[in-house]
Amino acid sequence: MTFWSDPFTVVQQWFNNLLATIGFGPIGVRIVGMLVGIVILAVGPMLFTIFLIWVERKVISRIQDRIGPNRVGPFGLFQPFADMVKIFIKEHITPRGADWLPYNLAPVLAVAAVLMVWAVIPFTVTFFGVDLNVGVLFIIAVGSLGEMGIILAGWGSNNKYALLAMFRSVAQLISYEIPLVLCSLVPVMLAGSLNLNDIVKAQEPWFIVTAPATAIIFFIVSLAEIGRAPFDLAEAESEIVSGFNIEYSGLKFGMFYVAEFLHTFTVALIFATLFLGGWRGPGAEQYPILGFVYYFIKVGVVYFLLMLVDGTLPRLRIDQMMNLNWKTLTPISLAVLVVFPLVDKLMAGSPTWLRVLALAGSNLLVLVIGERIGTRRLARAPAEVGSRDRPVARPENVLSQPDSGAR
Amino acid sequence: MSGLQIIFILVAAVTLFSALMVVTVRRMMHAALWLVLALFGVAVMFATLQASFFAVIQVLVYIGAIAILIIFSIMLTQRVLETSGEQIIRNWWLPALVALVLFGLLASALSLWRGFGEQLVELPAGVENIPALGKALVDPAGYAIPFEVASVLLLAALIGAIYVAIDRKEKAK
Amino acid sequence: MLSHWLYIGVFILVALFLPAAAISIAAILAPKKPNALKDTTYECGMETVGPSWAQFKVQYYVYPLFFLIFDVEAVLLFPWAVAYNQLALYGVIEAIIFVLILLGGLIYAWRKGALEWR
Repeated sequence: MTFWSDPFTVVQQWFNNLLATIGFGPIGVRIVGMLVGIVILAVGPMLFTIFLIWVERKVISRIQDRIGPNRVGPFGLFQPFADMVKIFIKEHITPRGADWLPYNLAPVLAVAAVLMVWAVIPFTVTFFGVDLNVGVLFIIAVGSLGEMGIILAGWGSNNKYALLAMFRSVAQLISYEIPLVLCSLVPVMLAGSLNLNDIVKAQEPWFIVTAPATAIIFFIVSLAEIGRAPFDLAEAESEIVSGFNIEYSGLKFGMFYVAEFLHTFTVALIFATLFLGGWRGPGAEQYPILGFVYYFIKVGVVYFLLMLVDGTLPRLRIDQMMNLNWKTLTPISLAVLVVFPLVDKLMAGSPTWLRVLALAGSNLLVLVIGERIGTRRLARAPAEVGSRDRPVARPENVLSQPDSGAR
Repeated sequence: MSGLQIIFILVAAVTLFSALMVVTVRRMMHAALWLVLALFGVAVMFATLQASFFAVIQVLVYIGAIAILIIFSIMLTQRVLETSGEQIIRNWWLPALVALVLFGLLASALSLWRGFGEQLVELPAGVENIPALGKALVDPAGYAIPFEVASVLLLAALIGAIYVAIDRKEKAK
Repeated sequence: MLSHWLYIGVFILVALFLPAAAISIAAILAPKKPNALKDTTYECGMETVGPSWAQFKVQYYVYPLFFLIFDVEAVLLFPWAVAYNQLALYGVIEAIIFVLILLGGLIYAWRKGALEWR
């Protein structure tokens, strides 16, 4: 195995040899190697966020038919550095009465929760943090820790708008976690393991082919989990005065910002691992560097799709969002859990392509039926906003009627 | 003193301290946050026992659902940003004594277990017990009936939650 | 497996330490000019009125409660999903009954109007 086919193992062995010659024993070599690996996997994403901010701003601006940053450096490449310097030197204004520990722990926890996902994802055959045997559940569990960060932010700000925004944001995240957990059961079923490496290795046809509806639902739910449009009610500048991070300034706000951008990319990582076959591709087992390249191409495509949806769709109202989750996505996910294993067990003996076809077909059928039922329900009972006897101001009654709504 | 013992003592100390803080701090919200730390300490203990599944389930369900529910119910039913006054009752030494006696009884009962003084054995990397758990859950000779009964129990909790939601709505109108 | 969790533990510590260190550095670099008006909590540019409290909206309690129930259900389904490939049809039927009972509960909640956002 040469350097170009597997740089990760070569570099690791060189490093271990270096440590051994310095004089560390075998345990010391392992510990130092582990620490170096952890630092790379923790610092790498944070530095990568700088690039991600640039990519995001350029892509979103192109979607919105404008150019985006193009003054600072070629193609605006140094814009994120300028933003970083600005955020670093802004004053940290702490609101009066804010509880010190929750207020300061919140941004740290928000970023840490996103970084921890990078520890279990297999980037290629030989490059991953740790081969945890409960990888899928670990990813969802650290999402819960991120929600605790939001609760700390909302409560620690001593501001009722932050509190209200936090309630809405956490209610949204919690509601959408149910279809997320239910849909992540399907790759686990197909692979027979919670280990992300095993899930990647078991994707003979990618799971997006075997379970397309589940992949679509997972994509939609991931959009909601990262707080992107059409689910960005919690951070919309005109609603609830921009959310639970009102009282944060300087780098503390910058950390929430970084957490959001990194969370989008991390969700793309998770989707590519669970449904797009991770690092799989022609020749990926013999040449791990190829697996790394394939993986990041897939992640880039998913990331671009996430940004495309973000820049294109209008925002949902909170009740539309909740209805979408509880009345459409959750029943469909549960129905998929009923139909999918049944079809799989009934077709257990048939050749692979027939089985895959049956599974994909049943999956799509559930999605289509669920969507039809949902559309019929919506057409039958349009959601009523507010009460009927809300005073409405019309030009002819503004001055003459008492309850026209004019002060 | 092996590394595992040091980690265990640290984590146990943090968990017990957090539990003590839960019952003695003045503001309810702080109590809820100390509870989150205590639950996280228990998750770390599961991890040291190599019960990975239960460690992540502890974080996912306890911290991700139950603690959030507790925090929400505290915030929605109190003037949460004010202190609730003195939290320690007058004769606090009496329940503390009872708790200590109970702990002594439990510890002496546990010390009769044959594994009490033994070191923790690290499971080899290939040992996977989650599929065994899954098979046992649906095995008719295993836990199939408790599995289905659990779903009925969850249904009962769901109906109770619906009742709470409907009842309050009538009052709110 | 213990070494895996040791890795995760150290990773958590490093992941918590990094943003904290960054924020501390920024706190050293940033100007510190507190004044009484800047430190007041934000209320759309007005003075704050009254203590901060949240109005009781039952939906904020009901949604986490539903989430808890379905979360426990999903957690019970995970071991089954891991053992799925080794199970016969009756194991699948049992889990389907499990899911159907809770799907029935969800539909009941829907019909009773507990899922409306008021």
